[in-house]
This record gives sequence, structure tokens and C-alpha cells, in this order.
Amino acid sequence: MEFFNELTQTILNGVAIGCIYGMVALGFVLIYKSTEVINFAQGELLMLGAFISYSLITQLHLSYWTALVVTILAMGIVGAILERVVLRSLVGEPTYAIVIVTIGISYFIRSIVSMIPGWGTDTYGFRTPFTDKFLRWGDVVISYEYLSIVVLALVLIAAVFVFFGYSRMGTAMRATSQNQLAAVYMGISVTRVFSLTWTIAAALGGIGGILLAPITFVHMNMGFIGLKAVPAAVLGGFTSPPGAIVGGLIIGITESLAGVYLEEGWKDIAAWIILIAVLIIRPQGLFGIQEKKKV
Amino acid sequence: MSVMLKVRNIETYYGPIMAIKGVSFDILEGAVVTILGANGAGKTTILKTLSSIMDPEKGTIEFMGQRIEGLPPEKIVAMGISQVPEGREVFHDLTVKENLLMGAYLRNDRAGIKRDIDMVYDYFPILKDRTAQLAGDMSGGQQQMVVIGRALMARPKLLMLDEPSLGLSPLLVKEIYQIIERINQEHNTTILLVEQNAPMALSIASHGFVLELGRIVMDDTCQALMANEDVQEFYLGIKEDSVRGAKRWKRKKKWR
Repeated sequence: MEFFNELTQTILNGVAIGCIYGMVALGFVLIYKSTEVINFAQGELLMLGAFISYSLITQLHLSYWTALVVTILAMGIVGAILERVVLRSLVGEPTYAIVIVTIGISYFIRSIVSMIPGWGTDTYGFRTPFTDKFLRWGDVVISYEYLSIVVLALVLIAAVFVFFGYSRMGTAMRATSQNQLAAVYMGISVTRVFSLTWTIAAALGGIGGILLAPITFVHMNMGFIGLKAVPAAVLGGFTSPPGAIVGGLIIGITESLAGVYLEEGWKDIAAWIILIAVLIIRPQGLFGIQEKKKV
Repeated sequence: MSVMLKVRNIETYYGPIMAIKGVSFDILEGAVVTILGANGAGKTTILKTLSSIMDPEKGTIEFMGQRIEGLPPEKIVAMGISQVPEGREVFHDLTVKENLLMGAYLRNDRAGIKRDIDMVYDYFPILKDRTAQLAGDMSGGQQQMVVIGRALMARPKLLMLDEPSLGLSPLLVKEIYQIIERINQEHNTTILLVEQNAPMALSIASHGFVLELGRIVMDDTCQALMANEDVQEFYLGIKEDSVRGAKRWKRKKKWR
């Protein structure tokens, strides 16, 4: 039973972390699909979201739920501003130039965070309504902390999928990513679609930040989670939003299992081993579609 | 019939290359008008300029009394100009119905949208059977139906079609043209048709322009165009005498 208990917890932890990887990966995928740019600042957006929620909870004494909503909104605004100020002026430039700019944005966010009084380079934590609470189910003990991450992440991800699948704007965003020219002929404003894409991607990063904070604490290097989310996105095929979530879960669970059952060090390379193995067998990723063009 | 679209001296460039060299024409409300021309004559560029995908360097475009050149493309669509671009530009990963709904992107009247979807299904019954199919998995002819239907969903006052017959079987071309005619008659939609398939275009249009190297060289009723020797020879492929090779060297277009 001891083993079973440990296994359940390990998997749950993996699923929780995996959901966050998936969320960051979803941010990558959304921006890539509509603008063909890989946003290397996605991890830093998560870090910024974590700091914002930290300040809201410990300094402004807002409740966790209010802080969650405010963080999502604030990060959405950050995304919209980034798009308006930086990326819109780069439309038409070569993709690699824009990708480099996103790396610049990531360093910019890191510097800003390190300069803000009360943030800086220290590590912080905050309490959530789930801290130190456990669900007992026979011998299995499950922490509410992890459970809450899974539930919240899945709810928010579901909201994103409903938006893209059923709303008019969401459909228009999918349409634009498939055929930009035709979208223009429909009267869809491509600049608005890009702006909204960045808003949603940044908001996803912010949610990732507030969810991840109780596990890893809030610090400047949280953004390196992006290094795990990239393989998650590639694993899923890089153009598939559900693939990003599945990829995130696979990497989260593998990593968690490797951390418990394998020698020290395997945890950090587990994600990459999986990635290489999958790409050898299925170069287009799990959910990727090989480019086919009908003429 | 009043003038719906008034184009005056537009010049459009691709970088340093002048593709449209001062084109002027009028389109009357409710008419079917065609622009004929060889590859590279600038037909598509004119449509792109009208849709504001490209901005003219000079000249004015007036639609229903309002200047529209240089407006953002979505404003043009909102004013009632829709274009069916060349090459069946469907949204390949959206279903047929979603494609049609995207055509109504700027509209807010749910009931009207629903009615118009039924109208499109009435024009193209096959689309009704395929409503949940991804547009990318359909045949070329069906995709052409999707893009025409999609453009209709915007309730255009002026519908511009760029090479709707390209790559379709003669039978399908005929079918599509009959529907274009029906759209014109049933909804009084003005139609601007750009075609390589001159016989087909001239058969349904009332007025035509011949475009050569960025200039309009003829502007006449389709009857007059069909009777014109040059149009007959260079666009309809009718030869007067069969002396081999003779005409190729001797005949010159009179408009040059």
C-alpha cells in the first residue's frame, strides 16, 4: 500500500506540473499558429504572473480567488501591450528577427522584475486556500494543493478550448491561422486577432504562474519552466493545442516518476529523452499533421 | 441604373513595378461586369485594390458615393464589397458550416445569418450534405462552392469573383456560372467577374473591360466585345482564315 500511495502521489504531482507545462506550451502553440513566431518570453510571462499574484496576495491582502482573476486580467493587458508596442511594428520582418525579439522581451521582463522593490531576486511564497490540506482516501493521501492545480488548470484550459471551438472570435482566430488572406476577405481584422492571441497567451502564462507558485515558490528563475514547455509543445506537434496539453502531461508525469524512482539527475533529462524518442518514431509529433497542400 | 462603383485613374504598384497604370471605369448597380485580360494584365491587382488588400498610389475609388480607397479591408467588407479570391482559399481546418459562418463574421443578425445559410445550401445542395466536413478535405469544385457561398454570407452589394472557373471541369464551370447569374437576378447583387475563360464570362456579363498590361484598352457592352475582331481572335480563339501561320505574323491588335 505504501508503494501504491507513493505512486498515486507521484502521478498526481506529475499531472499537476504537467498541466502547467501544458498551459505554457499552449501559449507557445497559440502564438506560433497565428503568427508563426515562437515566443521565447512565454516562461517569463509565467514568472511575471507569479510575482503579480504574490504581490496581490501578500502585499495588497487580496483573496486567492480575486488575485487569480486580477492576475489573469493584468497579464492579458501585458500581452496586449507587448503586441501593440513591440510586435506590431515588426509585422513583415523575417521570423527569426521576431523570435530574437521575444528573447529580448524575456530578458527585459527579468530585469524589470529584479528592479521592482519588493520583488527582486529573492524567493517568496504565499498561502493559498489549499495549503496544508489533504484528502485522505484509504491509505492514499492527496494534497489539495496539487489537486487544485489540476482542477483549475483543466477548467481554464477547457474555457480556452470552448472559446476557440465555439465562439465567433475564436473561430475567426482559427480561420486566420489557417488562411490569413481569406480571413482578411471575410472582414476579420488580423491585427485584432494577433492582439487577442498575445492577450490569451500571456494570460495563460499568468495562470501558470499563480498555479505554479505554491509548488516552486516565486522567484526570478521560474521562467526556465519554458525549457520544459517547449518539448511539451514539440511533443504535441507544435501546431496542435490539444497536443500541447497532452505533451505537457506526458512530460510532467515522466519527470515526476523519474524524480522518484530513478537516480538523481534523470528528472531533468527525462523530458528530453521522451522528446527524442517520440520524434524518432513520429517526426511530426503526437498530434501534428504533416503539411499537405492540395493544389 | 445608378453608378455603384466609380474608379478613377488608379495606379497600383508591386514595389517599383507599376501593375495598374491609371485605370478608370464605372460599374452600374445590378449589372454583371467582366474584366478580361491575359496573365499579368493586372486583373487580380484591380480586385485587390478594390478590396483594399493593396492601396493605390494614385486615383480614387468611390462606392455608393463614398470614397473607399485606402480604408482598412474590413471596412470595405462592411460596406458591402466581398471578394471570392482566386484559388479556392477555404479555411481548410474549419467545417463547411464554419467556413460559411466566417463569411458572416461582421454581421450580427442571427436570424438573417441562419436564413442565408439555408440560401447558400439552396444554391449548392451538396454543401448541405457536407456541412460538418472539413473544407480542406473537399474536391476543388466543392471548395469553389464553399468560397462563393462564404462570400454571399456577407450579403454583398458588390460581389467580385476572381477566376471562379479556374481548374474546374466544363460542366462544373457551367453550373457555377448559372448560380452566379441566379445570385445576380435573385438578389440584385452587382457582380464583377475577372476571367480568363472569356466565352463563359461574356455569356453572362452585360458589360466588359479588356485589360492589357495594366491599362483598359476596351470598354464596351459584351455584345460589342463579342463582335469585335480582336476580342474574337485573342480572347475567344476564333480565327478568320486558316492560312497557316499567316495571321500570327500579320494580325496586330488595333488598340495598340
